[in-house]
Amino acid sequence: MKKMHIVSLVLIAVAIAVLISFMGDVTSYDTIAVAKEKPGKAVTLVAKMDKTQPLEYDPVKNPNYLEFTALDTLGNSIKVVYHNTKPTDMEKSERLVLKGSVVGDHFECKDILLRCPSKYKDANATKQNLNATYEYADSAKS
Amino acid sequence: MNYIGEHLLPGQLGHFFALLSLVASLLATIAYFKSNKANLPDDKKSWLRMARYAFLVETISVLTVFLLLYIIISNHYHEYYYAWDHSSRSLQPEYLLASFWEGQEGSFMLWSFWHCVLGWFFIWREKKWEAPVMTVVSFAQFCLATMLLGIYVFGTKIGSNPFILFRDQMPDMPLFSNPDYLSFPRIKEGNDLNSLLQNYWMVIHPPVLFLGFASTIIPFGFAYAGLMNKDHTWTTASISWTSFSAAILGTGIMMGAAWAYESLSFGGYWAWDPVENASLVPWLILVAGLHMNLIYKSTGYSLKSTYVFYILSFCFVLYSTFLTRSGILGDTSVHAFTGADMNVQLLSFLFVFLIPAFVLFFIRRKDIPTIYKEESTYSREFWMFIGSLVLFLSAIVISAKTSTPVFNKIFGTNIAPPEDAKFAHNQVQIFIAIIIGVLTAVTQYFKYKDTPKSYFFKKLMWPTIISLVISLSISIFGNIDYTSKGVGFLAAIHVGIFAATYAVIANAIYIWVGVKGKLRFAGASVAHVGFALFLFGVLISSSKQEVLSQNTTGINVFEKTKNEDPAENITLFKGIKTDMGKYDITYTRDTSNGFDRKKYFELKLEPKDGSEEFYLYPDVLKNNKGQMGFAPNPDKKHYLTNDIFAYITTWSGLSEKPDTAQFVPRQVKAGDTTFYSNGMIVLNKIVVNPPDFKRTTEPGETPVMLDITVISKEGRKYTVQPGFAINAASTSFRNLPDSVIAQSLIIKFDKITDDKNGIFQIGIKETQNLNDLMTLKVYKFPFIVLVWIGIVVMVVGFLMSMAQRMNKNKLSAI
Repeated sequence: MKKMHIVSLVLIAVAIAVLISFMGDVTSYDTIAVAKEKPGKAVTLVAKMDKTQPLEYDPVKNPNYLEFTALDTLGNSIKVVYHNTKPTDMEKSERLVLKGSVVGDHFECKDILLRCPSKYKDANATKQNLNATYEYADSAKS
Repeated sequence: MNYIGEHLLPGQLGHFFALLSLVASLLATIAYFKSNKANLPDDKKSWLRMARYAFLVETISVLTVFLLLYIIISNHYHEYYYAWDHSSRSLQPEYLLASFWEGQEGSFMLWSFWHCVLGWFFIWREKKWEAPVMTVVSFAQFCLATMLLGIYVFGTKIGSNPFILFRDQMPDMPLFSNPDYLSFPRIKEGNDLNSLLQNYWMVIHPPVLFLGFASTIIPFGFAYAGLMNKDHTWTTASISWTSFSAAILGTGIMMGAAWAYESLSFGGYWAWDPVENASLVPWLILVAGLHMNLIYKSTGYSLKSTYVFYILSFCFVLYSTFLTRSGILGDTSVHAFTGADMNVQLLSFLFVFLIPAFVLFFIRRKDIPTIYKEESTYSREFWMFIGSLVLFLSAIVISAKTSTPVFNKIFGTNIAPPEDAKFAHNQVQIFIAIIIGVLTAVTQYFKYKDTPKSYFFKKLMWPTIISLVISLSISIFGNIDYTSKGVGFLAAIHVGIFAATYAVIANAIYIWVGVKGKLRFAGASVAHVGFALFLFGVLISSSKQEVLSQNTTGINVFEKTKNEDPAENITLFKGIKTDMGKYDITYTRDTSNGFDRKKYFELKLEPKDGSEEFYLYPDVLKNNKGQMGFAPNPDKKHYLTNDIFAYITTWSGLSEKPDTAQFVPRQVKAGDTTFYSNGMIVLNKIVVNPPDFKRTTEPGETPVMLDITVISKEGRKYTVQPGFAINAASTSFRNLPDSVIAQSLIIKFDKITDDKNGIFQIGIKETQNLNDLMTLKVYKFPFIVLVWIGIVVMVVGFLMSMAQRMNKNKLSAI
């Protein structure tokens, strides 16, 4: 076998090893119930904010402390603590992708990704929005 | 119904030309294919003539469609959904182009526009390869034209028509029962361009990036031509085209990075976001292919790899198109395109190129000349091959990591990206950088085929010594102390800095010892120096990146751990000088113009080391498209050695009402109760030098704190601790107000009115919008300028080698 082939095979083996080790790093999309079963393990939650519960964020006291309640599609909820600033528009977001792990009674969040309605070109939202304007314009006329 | 004020002609023309472009590109494809296949020179010629006419019609159609859509957008014909959805009347005119390519349709048009331009350049310069390569280009044009169709075939939507009328897009809206719907404010004004895209980079980044994407079809086309015609001499012509493509695609990607750095609050220029990765991967493979191509030209080795890499490079462009446009990245990327139900079509676009290309490759693999003699380890081609392979594998690793959503879709798994997605990439790519850096440094010192050992070591000795000295002094004196990812990663950074330095020095010296300072031949070395400078800049700026906005006002609610720093945001009140580590920072003023969507903040930074004070002007841009709130835009202060980079993380003035509330003074004693609109305020006691004061004070300062309880009507209790800090030595005085955000209440401790009776004056301010409060994140990026210089130098190098090859080809043609 040529040296080149050996080197190539070694490099490809390394690349595969890297990808396999990556599979050890990945988290999984879990529900709140599942996340609670494995405290301390990094998971990714797809949830939304429970707007009936208070959101605690006071930048004067501490701009790096956010606390709110997340609710998943199955109806489970958990307190979320995020040691960073509150992402702008979090209240408007339809869906939150939360990375972190369950610690004690709460979810210790390391990263929040917002999925905002407008980022998905939501024709329905646009429609509602426009219909509302239309009705408003209509009623203003009459 | 007769609608008032609609302009239907541009849309009808546009749709007609979109269809014409579909037909013309199909015709061009067939004619070019036939011309390539034809054996008789006359047949070849007549097919070729027909193909060129068809391609001319195609070009005219594409240009017309482009122009018509621009006319519609720039004249605000909001009867067209695309214009309404992506622009508005209040948009600054320079961003109208950005509106053009905000949507899928516009960016596809941009792509096919560049195919036309490149196509004519190709026809002009490469007569020999015109027929086969233009077959591929025309076919790609056909595929792109289908993206603009917007018709239903057997219930499946093919493409998306940019000329669709608003009332056809959403026909069941009651709005359209009114013939004068265009005069409704929401329609008339337009939905606007996404705030984040209202940036000058967004006007030029997409065209350059798409020129880069479009140009990768040329190497692919050459590969197709070679396989089809069993003629491998295309490898001479392809080098300058591939260099061009690498230069432009590289520029396009880094313009995107510059945009991210300047206008997104990612806190940097690169976040390993799937969308960024998707465009980086084709570039890496293209560069690997270019090196394979060079090996083949000089030695006859690596022809098969050249084919494979050129084919894959274009296919990964198509794959990235699928990833970013299908909406599949929804949960992993912050800025993927939105899905427009075109998944099947986008996938077909990929496979219709990928599968035939590889089938052809496997059919023809026996006809591709291969040298079975082993390369010498003292040859340039050996190490170039390894370098290219490493680049390729790094591309595959990045792509595989980015593709987890695709993997989930196919296998029904639910893999989410790792907790620290950036580090998952960095910990691998740092080793790629080390290998590539060292290989870039030494490989040019090898000659093709074989190198006398003494020559190699003699020439390489000085560059090695110089780089070792430089990089060791950086390592020792440079304070590179990035320990948050462990010692192993820090060690890798130090090795990486050596590799990058080595590559800069060795290639710079090679310009003199290797090509004797003849800049005409120095393209490769210049590109390598640029790439290495870029690596160096990346390593230094990331590993020495510093958060300056240490929180000095709040309490630390948890201990600093390996992964988390509790305090990277500082809270600022308007007009109050706040201590921020090496600086004193004051939020001096802001623009409170109710008409402008942008609000600038002025921050005064006074370095404590006595150097000159400066101002930063970060801004927030009011969001649009149904989103509330604001998008922050960072501002930077450029120094030669570093950038100070600040952006507003939260700003309390989210409502637009001007804040007219004033502090109302109240005289109180300990135990007194005073009222505010929603409850009462009880002063419990005054504490001098409190043990558990939540504000940090500086040495020499004595804090005086009021312990206050706010009780709202609902019965909620809040503890408030306004105070001030007195510095006896410098007789300075800092006010430390406190607030109850939930009650929109700010309380400050004004003064001691009556010392004997213990009467204090407090200021109470109730406001609907805490306008004068913000939290800020400030970073220091050292040597980030090297990242940008590196890219510019690299692109210049690519263009130099392109020019060099073009001259060479011209000479050999004579």
